[in-house]
Amino acid sequence: VTVLVAYVPTPEGDAAFAAAVEEAGRRGGRLVLLNTPREGAPVSAAMADEDAVRALVERAAAAGVGVEVHQEAHTGDVADEVVRVAGAVDAEMIVIGLRKRSPVGKLLMGSTAQRILLDADRPVLAVKP
Amino acid sequence: VDLAPVLDGFGVVLEPTNLLYCLIGVVVGMLVGVLPGLGPAATIAILLPITIGIEPVTAIIMLAGIFYGAQYGGTITSVLLRLPGEASSVVTVFDGHALARNGRAGTALGIAAVGSFIGGTVSIVALSFVAPLVAGFALDFGPPEYTALALLGILLVATVSSGDRLKAVIAACLGLLLATVGRDSFTGAERFTFDNLSLADGLDFVPIAMGLFGLGEILYNLEERHRAVHAPAKVANVWPSGADLRQSSGAIGRGSVLGFFLGILPGGGATLASLAAYAVEKRRSKTPERFGRGAVEGVAAPESANNAAATSSFIPLLTLGIPANATMAVIFGALLIQGVSPGPQLVDQEPELFWGVVNSMYIGNILLLIMSIPLVGLFVKILRVRATILAPITVLITLVGVYTVNYDVFDIGLVVVFGALGYLMKKLGFDPGPLVLAFVLGSLLEDSLRRSLLLFDGDPTGFLTRPISGTLFVLFLVVAVLPAIQAVLHRRRASRRPAQSTAENKELV
Repeated sequence: VTVLVAYVPTPEGDAAFAAAVEEAGRRGGRLVLLNTPREGAPVSAAMADEDAVRALVERAAAAGVGVEVHQEAHTGDVADEVVRVAGAVDAEMIVIGLRKRSPVGKLLMGSTAQRILLDADRPVLAVKP
Repeated sequence: VDLAPVLDGFGVVLEPTNLLYCLIGVVVGMLVGVLPGLGPAATIAILLPITIGIEPVTAIIMLAGIFYGAQYGGTITSVLLRLPGEASSVVTVFDGHALARNGRAGTALGIAAVGSFIGGTVSIVALSFVAPLVAGFALDFGPPEYTALALLGILLVATVSSGDRLKAVIAACLGLLLATVGRDSFTGAERFTFDNLSLADGLDFVPIAMGLFGLGEILYNLEERHRAVHAPAKVANVWPSGADLRQSSGAIGRGSVLGFFLGILPGGGATLASLAAYAVEKRRSKTPERFGRGAVEGVAAPESANNAAATSSFIPLLTLGIPANATMAVIFGALLIQGVSPGPQLVDQEPELFWGVVNSMYIGNILLLIMSIPLVGLFVKILRVRATILAPITVLITLVGVYTVNYDVFDIGLVVVFGALGYLMKKLGFDPGPLVLAFVLGSLLEDSLRRSLLLFDGDPTGFLTRPISGTLFVLFLVVAVLPAIQAVLHRRRASRRPAQSTAENKELV
């Protein structure tokens, strides 16, 4: 059994990670951590550094959950990448973090979370910090 | 040394306009230094058109600021991300990044900034004494000396520069050929113009430099898309400790002196200086095993050397009118655009320009030292901009810029053609540097060669009868023939070795 968490180094990402560890523990499965920056720039704020990833892996290990880390860069839309990787690792569930947005903000900004919710062909757990 | 023009130079620098352009120059330099791919030569080439409307001193102050500012900026990404922003910061990666991994990124950056400042300043002081001497000596130079000097300069750049020597010579020859396009200044005959009016006055330097360095580099970088993406680096505690400074003081001193001398050499420049300084420190060190694992000297020496070299490479340009490397070739072009012909008469005839530019480097280095330590985080932010956003903007600036020089669409076409040429050259392993340099020196070379042949009544042995041109020609022959002799010796040694080993085998049997 595999649970996929789409991780970014923000409070939302941390909330998603905590929920994903809990979910993977309950199902007795492993966790796939997807932290994928967009390709094209030398540096991306979406990328978690080595120390942060190590801390996350240790946190999951303390809860008895094994973690597989994916940090390759993606092209195009990150939502497509999340759905693609979920299919590739045959995840039973995708866990994502949600930002707090007003309806107007939603209308203007669009949302990666919304696209994942619409496009995914498997259950999606959306967590708020 | 006459001090009055030196002090007047400070007056020029302290004019608000010049201070502002100095600041703009060093900030832009720092930014392009941080950005991998876009080097100072490309940036200066792209910005050539905006220098047209401003005073010569102000323009050169800004362009010089970009050049030495880039040496500071290149360090930042080397240390934090293991990603050299400039060729001259490649060796800083070894120890700089090792220090950063040990949580001492601040120490590495601080030492690099202090070393760069000291290296730069030592070099400016030395330049202030050496340049007028060289210029005074060169005042007696006639056409034969310039012929020899130009030839030697082109040859040295082609042979000393990194990469394949044969390819560099080919690129230089192409540059010389391109320089012959246009109306012959002696007879008025049209050469390679194909009856095209735009070619009648020869190829312009600006579109060639903008195409080869600017557009060519942008195209080439766009290809390198699958590069690793890094997490943003954290920087804390940027001030180096007293102990670190004491430990690296020797390295900074040696790096500065070495950098100064290597910078003067044609084809030397910042990259060679940083490599040499690192090698010297490693050899001198009692604990060479520390190098590569976070030795502060391994950061201090190359960073002092590349700044010292960046500064001293102005000497051949400002005193002889011979650019020592690709970036200087572009600045040479900028001076020509401004109607200033660099040469030995510059110090006396344009003291304001000469000392204004030289003294602006003190201010620039102080500004860089102030900026580089606390503002590192800010400069690193530019790395988050994707190439797909940066490249089109740069291309747009390039094409609009070149149009504003002569208001001629033909120039836009030239930039595109030379951009494609630059891209292909880089892809096939040719350095466009020697081409641009040879193009710049081409007209000088042809002019002085023909003048001297008139002087000698068409007898080429005349070159050897004058002491300076004779010496330079002998030097030229040595530099030209040395690699071939070395290759022959090497081959002979290699062929002798198997013979020896069979002899040893026989004895053993």
